[in-house]
Amino acid sequence: MGIALAEERDESDSSLVRRVRAGDARAFGVLVERYMKRAYCAALGLVGSHEDALDLSQDAFVRAYRARRSLDPDRPFYPWLYQVLRRLCFNFLRDRATRRSRLEGEAPWLVEDAAARAAERDPERLAELAQLRERLARAIEALPDREREMLVLKEFEGLRYREIAELLGIPIGTVMSRLYAARQRLAAALEEGP
Amino acid sequence: MTGAERDERERARRLMMASLDGELEEADRPQLERLLAADAELRAEWDRLRKVKEVTSSMALRKPPEEVWSHYWVSVYNRIERGLGWVLASVAAIVLLSYGIWQAAGEIVSDPSLPRFVKLAILALVVGAVTLLVSVFREKLFTRRHDPYKEIER
Repeated sequence: MGIALAEERDESDSSLVRRVRAGDARAFGVLVERYMKRAYCAALGLVGSHEDALDLSQDAFVRAYRARRSLDPDRPFYPWLYQVLRRLCFNFLRDRATRRSRLEGEAPWLVEDAAARAAERDPERLAELAQLRERLARAIEALPDREREMLVLKEFEGLRYREIAELLGIPIGTVMSRLYAARQRLAAALEEGP
Repeated sequence: MTGAERDERERARRLMMASLDGELEEADRPQLERLLAADAELRAEWDRLRKVKEVTSSMALRKPPEEVWSHYWVSVYNRIERGLGWVLASVAAIVLLSYGIWQAAGEIVSDPSLPRFVKLAILALVVGAVTLLVSVFREKLFTRRHDPYKEIER
C-alpha cells in the first residue's frame, strides 16, 4: 500500500493495468482512487443505501484485484469493473428481496439537485416539484432493476447513450427502449397521484 | 395497428427519448415535430415524458461524507490482505487438523488396552468423515462445471 505519486495519478489505465497484472498493489490503489466515486454512485443507484453501496463497490474492487490476471490492458478498465459491480449488486438485490422488503421507502439516496433548486425562483413551483420528486423517488425504487440501472446511468451519472451501451455491452436501441419503459412507468406513477 | 404504423411509433419514441436527453440530431428534429403534430396520442405521451424528465432532472444522488473517500482505498487494501490471510489460515488449519487426526488414529490403533470394537468404530468414523468431505467437494466441483446457468446473471 502507499500514497499515489502525482505522476501515477496521470498514468493511463492501460499502463496501470499492466502493473496490476504483475501484482503491483500500489498501481491498483491508483485505479481504485480514480474510479471509487463512480463505482460507489453506480452501486448506490442500484441498491439505494449508503452502507451497502460502499460495501459492494469495495467488494467489486477486491474481486477485480483477485481476478487481475484476466484484465486486458488494451481494454478500458471501468466497464470491466462495472460488470463485476452490477453482478454483485443484482445478486445482493435478489438476496435482499427474499429476506425483507426492498429499498427503504423514502429514497434517502435521492435528493434535490442543488443547481436545479438555485435555478427555480418561484416558491410555489419549488413546492410542487418537491412533492413530485417524492412521488417519483418511490416510483424509481419500484422500477425493475435493469430499468432503474438505465435511469440512474442516464439521469444521475449523465452518461450518453453510446457510453451506456459500451458500459453494458448492449445495443443503443436497447438502452433507449429500457429508458423509455422506465420513464413510462414513472409517468404512470406521477399520474396516479400520492 | 399495421406494421408500418408500429415502426413509425417506435421511431417516434426513439426521437422523443433522444430529444429529452439532448441527443437528437438537428436533422431529425423536423421529423419529430411532424410526428407530434400529426398524432394527439403521441403529443400526450410527449408531455408526460417531459414532465418525468423535468422532475428527474431536479434530483441527484445523495453524496456521502467526504471522509469516506480518504479511507476507501485503505478499506479495499485491508480486504485484499485479509482475504489472503483467511486462505493461508484455512489451508494451514486443514493441514494441521488432518495431521493431528492421522497421529491420533495411529496411536489409538496401536494401543493394546483399547477394545477392538472401539478401534473399528474410530476407524469407521474417520473413513465416514473423509468420504462425506470428498463427496461434498466432488458434488460442488461437478455442479460448478456442469451448471447450465453459470453464465446467466441471476
